[in-house]
Amino acid sequence: MATTKMGFIIKSLPYKTEASRLAMTHAIASQTVEIYLEDGDMVEPVVCFIGDGVLNCLKNQATAKHYDITSLEMHIRNSLLLDLKVLYCKEDLDRFGIKEDALIMDAEDLGGETKAQIVPYSEIQKEMDSVNHLQFF
Amino acid sequence: MGVFPGLVGSLSLDFSVKLAEAAVKKGHTVDYWVSSNATMLSKKGQRSFKDYSTLYKTLEELFKTGNFKACACEACAEARGFHKEDLMEGWIRKSMDWYLASSFDADRVLMIGGE
Repeated sequence: MATTKMGFIIKSLPYKTEASRLAMTHAIASQTVEIYLEDGDMVEPVVCFIGDGVLNCLKNQATAKHYDITSLEMHIRNSLLLDLKVLYCKEDLDRFGIKEDALIMDAEDLGGETKAQIVPYSEIQKEMDSVNHLQFF
Repeated sequence: MGVFPGLVGSLSLDFSVKLAEAAVKKGHTVDYWVSSNATMLSKKGQRSFKDYSTLYKTLEELFKTGNFKACACEACAEARGFHKEDLMEGWIRKSMDWYLASSFDADRVLMIGGE
């Protein structure tokens, strides 16, 4: 019975490439990984948005309207619904002048209880130190 | 190893294959996951041109060792029009949880990012 902690660090802009979407879909896949593992074993993801990646976290994304695809907002909300740990870098949000009310902070309307957290980079560094495997997207 | 770049256009995919080859030669076993544009690597029927690197030949040799498993993201491939019948011999196709399961007890996880 073991847990492998995996860090998904997102620093890519939204929609410019597939990178941030892939990070989130891979992190969400942790919810079905048990079918390949022994009983009790699990993968615990933590998703951190840093640098330009914090722009993925803005509310009211209208990709369904403009591109007819699911939004990164929906992926973040699904991550919160599934109780994934989601962290936003405070310094990078400040750099862009983004306030909390502009961000996807929860998935309450979907029934989710977990909230995203705005934390200093030092906290994200601690998360990165604590994971078994770290991946940058 | 998680790999995301496209087959032609950058040499990142070449690097990942060479790295896998070096690891297998050193006696390691490698699980090789391709997602996004890297799924192009799993497509059969690739032709060899002098202007482009030819990675499938190295992959064929790697499969023969028994210490190399390669899996393509099914959704990424289907989205690009690669279907099960297009898969090169030796490859499997799964959803992303296969990659996480492989990472679960891997000694090292290397992610080679895409475009």
